Amino acid sequence: MLPARNKKDRNWTIRVGLASCGMAAGGRKVYDTFSTKLRDKGLDVELKQTGCMGMCYNEVLIEVSSPEGGHVFYGHVTPEQVEGIVEGHLIGGKPVTEWVIPADEIDNLLAKQKRIVLRNCGVVDPESIDDYLDAGGYQAIEKVLDSMSSDEVIDEVAKSGLRGRGGAGFPTGVKWSFTRKSLGSQKYIICNADEGDPGAFMDRSVLESDPHSVIEGILIAGYAIGASEGYIYVRAEYPLAIQRLEIALAQARERGFIGENILGYNFDFDMSIRQGAGAFVCGEETALMMSLEGRRGMPRFRPPFPAQSGLWGKPTNINNVETLANVPWIILHGADAYNNCGAEKSKGTKVFALAGKVARGGLIEVPMGITLREIVFDVGGGTSSGLEFKAVQIGGPSGGIIPASLADTPVDYESVTETGAIMGSGGLIVMDESACMVDVAKFFLNFTQAESCGKCTFCRIGTLRMLEVLDRIAKGEGKEGDIELLEELAEGVKRASLCGLGQTAPNPVLTTLRYFRDEYETHIYEKKCPAKKCQALITYEIIPEKCPGCGLCAKYCPVDAVSGRRKEPYFIDPEKCIHCGLCMSVCRLGAVSVH
Amino acid sequence: MVIETKAREELSFAVIDAITHKHNVQPGAVIPVLQEIQDAYGYVPPAAIQRIAENMAVPASELFGIVTFYAQFRLQPIGKNLIKVCHGTACHLSGAERIAETLAQAVGAKEKETSQDGKFTVERVACLGCCSLAPCIMLNGEVHGRLTPEAINKIVSQVQETKILTPAE
Repeated sequence: MLPARNKKDRNWTIRVGLASCGMAAGGRKVYDTFSTKLRDKGLDVELKQTGCMGMCYNEVLIEVSSPEGGHVFYGHVTPEQVEGIVEGHLIGGKPVTEWVIPADEIDNLLAKQKRIVLRNCGVVDPESIDDYLDAGGYQAIEKVLDSMSSDEVIDEVAKSGLRGRGGAGFPTGVKWSFTRKSLGSQKYIICNADEGDPGAFMDRSVLESDPHSVIEGILIAGYAIGASEGYIYVRAEYPLAIQRLEIALAQARERGFIGENILGYNFDFDMSIRQGAGAFVCGEETALMMSLEGRRGMPRFRPPFPAQSGLWGKPTNINNVETLANVPWIILHGADAYNNCGAEKSKGTKVFALAGKVARGGLIEVPMGITLREIVFDVGGGTSSGLEFKAVQIGGPSGGIIPASLADTPVDYESVTETGAIMGSGGLIVMDESACMVDVAKFFLNFTQAESCGKCTFCRIGTLRMLEVLDRIAKGEGKEGDIELLEELAEGVKRASLCGLGQTAPNPVLTTLRYFRDEYETHIYEKKCPAKKCQALITYEIIPEKCPGCGLCAKYCPVDAVSGRRKEPYFIDPEKCIHCGLCMSVCRLGAVSVH
Repeated sequence: MVIETKAREELSFAVIDAITHKHNVQPGAVIPVLQEIQDAYGYVPPAAIQRIAENMAVPASELFGIVTFYAQFRLQPIGKNLIKVCHGTACHLSGAERIAETLAQAVGAKEKETSQDGKFTVERVACLGCCSLAPCIMLNGEVHGRLTPEAINKIVSQVQETKILTPAE
């Protein structure tokens, strides 16, 4: 996806995007079909697998580049189209224009992006260390070992202004210097890849597409703080990321980038992968360390901070995947090149997983300081439904909902925090008019309630009480005083919880109350759901004039509430109907209405 | 449910012993050990917990505490096919509930249940990270995206005809 390459492809090259999204859309079959076709035709074409190209809305994606340097992308590629592309483009020399993603669409998508973390994603083969080396890989660690002291590395990272991309935004250079200054011969680096926010897939994509840059970042961090051992803690739900990391680690070890006397210098470093076991709270650093030690992942009080007493009581530095992937680039290009872009207090770029009701969803990287409006409309192309843009949800369950009226908020740590949300790790969900804010708040609280480890009373029980209130509001049983009760509980949960999970759990509720209070009031006092989402407050009906009597709705109804005779309008029994909306979603003629 | 958990005498201790032996030297290895046990059996048999406890000199109560803390571990065997329904934010907005509803009808098991015939176990997961393809499910480790109720019925009938097996078998 990068317009400028480090190395020009010599031959015709076909890249097939095979990160999880590409695989899920059927990318492997497309790759295999190309492989067979190219062999049958005896064509001298390089077929490569690559990671995430960023345009997930177009999966399966392939890129075809010619020896002259021109390249085009094909979107929604099926195995059936492979022959046409081979015949028309590779043999005939002309792109099959009807399947090509228009150049202006790609220009629009890329115009406001700046790819530092994602520099190799969708370009290199994630399972080839040679590809990474050709793209300038492992030059940063060599530079560091050859000509920089630990303090110089820390100074450079501090000067770049890089802040922790896991969500909290703590300055990375400062964090490193704390661990560096801690006494102790054994220190650890942990790469936090326990990406648990629903709606976030940045870390997964980076690990699946460019694992070596994360490994190189860990090595540099290890050198800077004086650690000799590292762990990559990846959630078990990401099997492909784990598989590619394992391959990358084995390759790096074989080439002497991991092990003793790395590249011939007096620096030893080893690292291994640990799989998370499905606990959201383990994204919190003290809980993560508990889990690495083989215990229940429950957070503990800080201080002592991990920099003083972390894994097995040793000084430990924990950084997120994206933070570490930035590091090699900063070392190679210099702190100034990095802090040249971004906002005043938030330098560099941020990767977002842009999803939800957005036309061009995918993995994007934008300079800090860009506005939400630019992200949603210029990069994302507006809503996918054509309905009006209502809000974005940023920061996952710890974050909040920012309404369309605040779309000009610049994306930097301070400005986002002012809205009541948080920057978070990079989940960005676009919502249109069809989203009910009570339902959204309930959705997130349901998640944090289930994921609370149970240590702190307010987080364990307070969130449950909040959920009960939201539940009854959504059922039309809300009463006067419920909003105030929610606010009071939210305050308590924020103040009386030990870790970030509890302290931020009320954010989705508080931000929806702040910007969409009227929606709550409509639910409570008028017993109506304006977005027609809350099941107890809506009814479905079949419009007789539009219903041809095909019976599809009756076939799908889980409770046999729909009945009728073929070729005559069907009817929904309001007594039996559970308001699931299946009939509406299967009807191709729009004959089911909701009100 | 037709599947029974394995009794202590039915378990091959050789498998468990090999796994604990491999990890025993590492500090904090109980979670990887439990993960490998689950890979081998499809769940963590309660009888295996006893054996691990003996091998690794960790109290069985502590192991049980770990198994019940982490969502990944199962104490019950699963059906032949494992379906994880994604309830991430993007999937929720695109109708994950309707997908779950259709699936429950098609396989005869709701979320957190195994079908009577032992063919399907359905789980509910927080996010599969394939948000651009919402709504999605994971069937035996493979993600299926951009789903509709019709697509769910098609996938389920394909599985029922072709007999797809889990890696655990």
